Amino acid sequence: MAITNHISTPRLYAAFAACGLVWAGLQTYVVHSFGFIWYIASTEGLVCSILLASACWLINNNLRYYQPEKGNYLNILIWIGALGAICTFGARWILPFLATGPAYTNFLLNSLTIRFFINFLAIGWVAMISMLYYTQLDQKENEKRKAEAEQLARDAELYNLRQQLQPHFLFNSLNSINALIGFKPDEARRMIHQLSDFLRGTLKKDDQQQVPLTEELTHLNLYLDIEKVRFGHRLQTEISCDKSSGEAVLPSMLLQPIVENAIKFGLYDTIGDVVVSIRAEMDGNYLILMVQNPYDPQTSRPRKGTGFGLRGVQRRLYLLFARNDLMETHANDNIFTTIIKVPQL
Amino acid sequence: MKRALIIDDEPLARMVVLEYLQAYPQIEVMQECNDGFEGLKAIQQYQPDLIFLDVQMPKINGFEMLELVENPPAVIFTTAFDEYAIKAFEAHAVDYLLKPFNKDRFNKAIDKYLSSSVAEPAPAKKHTEDLLETASHSPAQHERIVVKTGTKVKIIPVQDVLYLAADDDYVSVYTAEGSYLKNKTMNFFEQTLDPKYFVRVHRSYIIAIQQITRIDPYEKDAHLAILKSGAKVPVSKTGYVKLKQVLGI
Repeated sequence: MAITNHISTPRLYAAFAACGLVWAGLQTYVVHSFGFIWYIASTEGLVCSILLASACWLINNNLRYYQPEKGNYLNILIWIGALGAICTFGARWILPFLATGPAYTNFLLNSLTIRFFINFLAIGWVAMISMLYYTQLDQKENEKRKAEAEQLARDAELYNLRQQLQPHFLFNSLNSINALIGFKPDEARRMIHQLSDFLRGTLKKDDQQQVPLTEELTHLNLYLDIEKVRFGHRLQTEISCDKSSGEAVLPSMLLQPIVENAIKFGLYDTIGDVVVSIRAEMDGNYLILMVQNPYDPQTSRPRKGTGFGLRGVQRRLYLLFARNDLMETHANDNIFTTIIKVPQL
Repeated sequence: MKRALIIDDEPLARMVVLEYLQAYPQIEVMQECNDGFEGLKAIQQYQPDLIFLDVQMPKINGFEMLELVENPPAVIFTTAFDEYAIKAFEAHAVDYLLKPFNKDRFNKAIDKYLSSSVAEPAPAKKHTEDLLETASHSPAQHERIVVKTGTKVKIIPVQDVLYLAADDDYVSVYTAEGSYLKNKTMNFFEQTLDPKYFVRVHRSYIIAIQQITRIDPYEKDAHLAILKSGAKVPVSKTGYVKLKQVLGI
């Protein structure tokens, strides 16, 4: 387990041994102060400390692997009591063999109760510290794991949000190429190149990467050109972007789903020609992107807030900038407008 | 001689069908249609034997268009990808062609149609009905109801529906603007509409729960739901239990 890696084990053992020695010294001193000779006092100090240390080691080890459930401390208490009793009676039976003399045996027997309580308290103390220590380690471990899981989920989500390539788009484009091959082979060939450039661009983009708007627009144009071949004169696009906003950066493939959405709603929600417009401008430290498409308010209700299928874009903006106010949508006069603000870092 | 229509919103997709059809002089294409509305008109005008139908089209999809046709002709679907559609096709369509399809595959579909139309000259009406039943589980059908009023097609977003009532072989769809007849069953709507928003409160009534302002007791074991529009809808004993469950009371 990773727990023992947190504080180096040798240091922990050294501290444990030092505490034991100090304890033994103290006990020796106390027994000596009752008038026994140093030999008897130190024997008793050593034997009792070794017994006590073993008990402490045992309970500490137990707690490392079995954390009691919250509120279920009775078991621990019984354990501490039992260990305290074993220590006391161990000393009671061992010491008379090593340190003889009726005065000492008498002293030993008379002090059994107080010895038991001292042992009980000492073992209880160690148990409590162990419990706190291991609980805290567990918690840290959990937190780390949780953070890691969140990071992973975030990465996966970003990946998914961007990678959702429409199978419709791909198959329909191939179908258009199939048609063109028959009577306009040159155009078919051009469309194949556009499609492969577009797909290559999609695949090599990195989620976290910030790209200049001009680059994003170049890639977007490949997509728009393909759609224009598919839908013929029905689809027209207007793109306006000045020099300063062209140099501004945005997360790669952020604009793509917005434009896809605009085209989808423009084409499938209305009949007749569709103009999708994309405008870029700078506003202080923000790159403002505005995408407009016609829609039919009679048949589609943009839900309040984001509307249509734009939640993915908003989620991505949130994951990247930790802000929820970077995208807004408006619907009026048969025109649906999506506006995103990209902070320039 | 068979009369055919091609209904697809992508010009190039129609060209593929036209090109492949050159090998079949016995099939005459009467018209190419850009969308379901044009398709409906052309079907009425030409009474075709066979239509090539795309699913994803402006305003109303291929299935919704078919729902509005009284005696649907044989259908060969041409579509790029749609898991619901594929399920429906596999069960019931004359055939379905996944774009892009090659000439051999296309010929197979046509041959299948030609041989079946010799065997049973009437278009396979049952097939089309089954097809629509299966297709109705696609997401678009949960969001809107397409009806015909006179010669016009009306698309009703489900948010606009107040309640539905059984009306002989039809179902009346009530909205703030009026009611529309739809050639479907109550069971159909009970299954397609989102149960979070629509509850069948009675053998003959389905109600949009957001429209309810009040529920009054009415006779023995029965209740009346009063809607925002003022309409009163009977609620049966079992309907009341269901309603309480959805409303969480």
